Amino acid sequence: MALDSRIPTGPIEQAWEKTKFDLKLVNPANKRKHTIIVVGSGLAGGAASATLGELGYNVKCFCFQDSPRRAHSIAAQGGINAAKNYQNDGDSIYRLFYDTVKGGDFRSREANVYRLAEISVKIIDQCVAQGVPFAREYGGSLTNRSFGGAQVSRTFYARGQTGQQLLLGAYQALERQVNAGTVEMLARTEMLDLIVIDGKARGIVARNLVTGEISTYIADAVVLATGGYGNVYYLSTNAKGSNVTASWRAHKRGALFANPCYTQIHPTCIPVSGDYQSKLTLMSESLRNDGRIWVPMNKGDKRKPEQIPEAERDYYLERRYPSFGNLVPRDVASRNAKAVCDEGRGVGPSGLGVYLDFADAIRRLGEQTIRERYGNLFDMYERITDENPYKVPMRIYPAIHYTMGGLWVDYHLQSTIPGLFVLGEANFSDHGANRLGASALMQGLSDGYFVIPYTIGNYLATNKLGKVEESNAEVRNAVACVNETISKLLSIKGKRTVDSFHRELGKIMWEYCGMSRTAEGLQKAIGQIRELRDDYWQNVTVPGAGADLNQSLEKAGRVADFLELGELMCIDALERNESCGGHFREEHQTPDGEAKRDDEHFSYVAAWGYRGPGNRPELTKEPLEFEYVHPSQRSYK
Amino acid sequence: MKLTLKIWRQTGRKDKGRFVSYAMDDVNAEMSMLECLDVLNESLIERGEEPVAFEHDCREGICGSCGFMINGIPHGPLPATTVCQLTMRHFKDGEELVIEPWRAAAFPAVKDLVVDRRSFDRIIAAGGYISVSTGNAPDGNAILVSKDTSDRAMDAAACIGCGACVAACPNASSALFTGAKIAHLSILPQGAPERDGRALNMVAQMNAEGFGGCTNIGECTGACPKEIQLEVIATMNRDFIRGSWKRRDQEVRTVKPMTEWSTGSKLKIDPHATS
Ligand SMILES: Cc1cc2nc3c(=O)[nH]c(=O)nc-3n(C[C@H](O)[C@H](O)[C@H](O)COP(=O)(O)OP(=O)(O)OC[C@H]3O[C@@H](n4cnc5c(N)ncnc54)[C@H](O)[C@@H]3O)c2cc1C
Ligand code: SF4
Ligand code: FES
Repeated sequence: MALDSRIPTGPIEQAWEKTKFDLKLVNPANKRKHTIIVVGSGLAGGAASATLGELGYNVKCFCFQDSPRRAHSIAAQGGINAAKNYQNDGDSIYRLFYDTVKGGDFRSREANVYRLAEISVKIIDQCVAQGVPFAREYGGSLTNRSFGGAQVSRTFYARGQTGQQLLLGAYQALERQVNAGTVEMLARTEMLDLIVIDGKARGIVARNLVTGEISTYIADAVVLATGGYGNVYYLSTNAKGSNVTASWRAHKRGALFANPCYTQIHPTCIPVSGDYQSKLTLMSESLRNDGRIWVPMNKGDKRKPEQIPEAERDYYLERRYPSFGNLVPRDVASRNAKAVCDEGRGVGPSGLGVYLDFADAIRRLGEQTIRERYGNLFDMYERITDENPYKVPMRIYPAIHYTMGGLWVDYHLQSTIPGLFVLGEANFSDHGANRLGASALMQGLSDGYFVIPYTIGNYLATNKLGKVEESNAEVRNAVACVNETISKLLSIKGKRTVDSFHRELGKIMWEYCGMSRTAEGLQKAIGQIRELRDDYWQNVTVPGAGADLNQSLEKAGRVADFLELGELMCIDALERNESCGGHFREEHQTPDGEAKRDDEHFSYVAAWGYRGPGNRPELTKEPLEFEYVHPSQRSYK
Repeated sequence: MKLTLKIWRQTGRKDKGRFVSYAMDDVNAEMSMLECLDVLNESLIERGEEPVAFEHDCREGICGSCGFMINGIPHGPLPATTVCQLTMRHFKDGEELVIEPWRAAAFPAVKDLVVDRRSFDRIIAAGGYISVSTGNAPDGNAILVSKDTSDRAMDAAACIGCGACVAACPNASSALFTGAKIAHLSILPQGAPERDGRALNMVAQMNAEGFGGCTNIGECTGACPKEIQLEVIATMNRDFIRGSWKRRDQEVRTVKPMTEWSTGSKLKIDPHATS
């Protein structure tokens, strides 16, 4: 299969304007005749549903929570980037573009990234107008901070709850359209399959999570904005419900899955405390602006942090990266934390932790300033660990946080199935092999508010779509597949709970396909995942019935998909015989332990096609070209 | 430590429901209340029983999914803390915890600890927004907003829509929730043009949903995990009175509360309900 990424030609600064001009428009009177399904109500899906509704389309929006306002985007803490240059510190659209391509370790598409940087400024305007209470200066203007990996202050924030406030803005815009009758909201309704007719996406099969009813929904186009798949690791910072099911089932219907092995580990999470642990809690990386990271100089130093004198502390990031210090990108910060813990210098009961110390900042700025900046994060830390971070340094450790990989999309955000568009974290598009902090919120809103409303119009205007009857063979086939999977899961009645399988899968993934990877480890993981998957279909137990609110059944379907995705991630990680961004292959590192890319052989997007159970997936490569930002070894020294 | 969990079990809205006691022998003080329920559920599943249904997602106190009564207190004994962030070290060895769902007419039962809170969405749909379609916004710094004003708006906007305020209120009023959204938007200059109509419409919908009236008892703010202050209710009342006085002839529209799950939520306008 050849991939047409529909990247516009000509100067990158004019590419999006030109594309927009060339796109065909749908006559205003015809818009309400088009039904668009949007699966997901996070920043990407919420923004898309609201905007498409405003334009007059007939929108059906789905989410699995009881309300669209609870999508996982709500949990983002730190902020959202935009190239406003309000601080006059040298930022520009070009610089944000440059930083993002470089931060992604030269594994993203230049044209997409440029568009993202260009749109970023409009997002802030839109959100302010919606009433998002961004932080402000005393004079009344918007304030900014610098955020992981950036040397300019371009991050906008609303206390430590930026995602919440941005999502509430999108949610309120969405509810306004619900009230106007353009959007129908189907909460607690989970998409379980995609309906493809004559090669085009024409609807979904979904399960009502309260009644268990399976229904089909037909549309002219389907938009997936279903978030990331970090929960394949069981323990991650993602919400418990976050899953890959919608993307995965679309993948099985023909959508290629790109760069599945690109996952991001976040350096500042609260360390694991025990086996019962259900998820990991992120401490926003904005903390790295004022906190200093260190471990004891000596192995096995069990003294309390305050008893360790300055001379016996190793501020290893400041030492190794003098110009970026504690603000190095996430992948670099995470790997260094792992390295010092592997050396036996980790802190806390498990030895898997490093200190994030605010003593200097408190001395310099006063406790009040620190409280204003991070009060709610400090409270959250104390609530969980019972330790007061104003007095003792926080303990942090890396955790799985974000997935750069996702369904392959072209410049129009359309997948390899015509009529199926993918937005937000669910697509692979803009972050390459590593995402910069505060750029996911930007991307979700860019895709939802400002890209899809244009490109989907072009699709609808240029495709003749016939009527689809419920009796259509493809519709019935999709429903039958869904029913079959559900009854199979309920009928196994084995001995092990869904969670126990999920936890085991997570361990395999973290061990072999986590922060650092080797060919040998990945091969081992593939074998173990296959065995686990076989065992799952023999031995899992799912209590209760299909026609009821059945949370075990919901989880069982999602874990079944994770068990397939995990294998694909390992295959992709094995195939990518280089290190880049978040993908660190131990075989490929510079003498001082930095990721070493191999541009000659791996400057491409790996897009995988599904070829049936047990068959090796098919790899299609989309070559990457860099006209503006020339690949160089990333250096944060 | 050892704990007894006395949990409300109810298979669905038609079932009357009952308490069932579960003895937990090995509760780790570091786990959260929800992780404690996870452990119980794993053991129930292994025994072939149905696990306790409860809502949760972020487990970081921000999505508003979780929430139930512990010994009569919404979200349990720790102030400003949702059940997902409540660690077991706040309970004593040997204690019995009585766990039950939010109880309010406007939150119909779904199963065990799960209730239907879509009434909150309908209150927001009635006017909890600023009507600015994508693409219409002026530059972010075109309208200056003092830090103080923006901070007060943020305080109100911190509501997570969990419903604890309703569960705490003897009248099952949702005044704190509705007031929080009205205050957030009406404090900001961007929200000012729609202030009057917003309050009228949201209050009318709140009444249509069957929430009780507010009699200034103040239980809501005590139970609120985000410490939303009672003054938001004063703001709501002020905007409501101002709106009623200024826009006497304006029609106020409400939608029918919907309690079924089998259809979508295309709102049905209730022609008789003007308030
Ligand atoms: C703790 C945390 C903090 C973060 N902080 C930041 C930050 O400071 N800055 C930043 O830029 N990024 C941050 N991120 C990343 C960012 O929050 C996410 O990448 C982004 O919000 C994803 O948005 P989304 O709209 O793509 O998906 P989500 O918000 O995850 O929404 C997914 C939606 O899809 C629905 N859905 C999923 N599957 C189905 C299905 N099968 N059927 C029906 N509905 C379905 C869900 O119900 C939900 O509505 C953070 C992430 C985490 C975990
Ligand atoms: S006001 Fe407080 S208690 Fe009520 S819904 Fe909002 S956060 Fe929950
Ligand atoms: S689970 Fe999200 S607030 Fe508790």
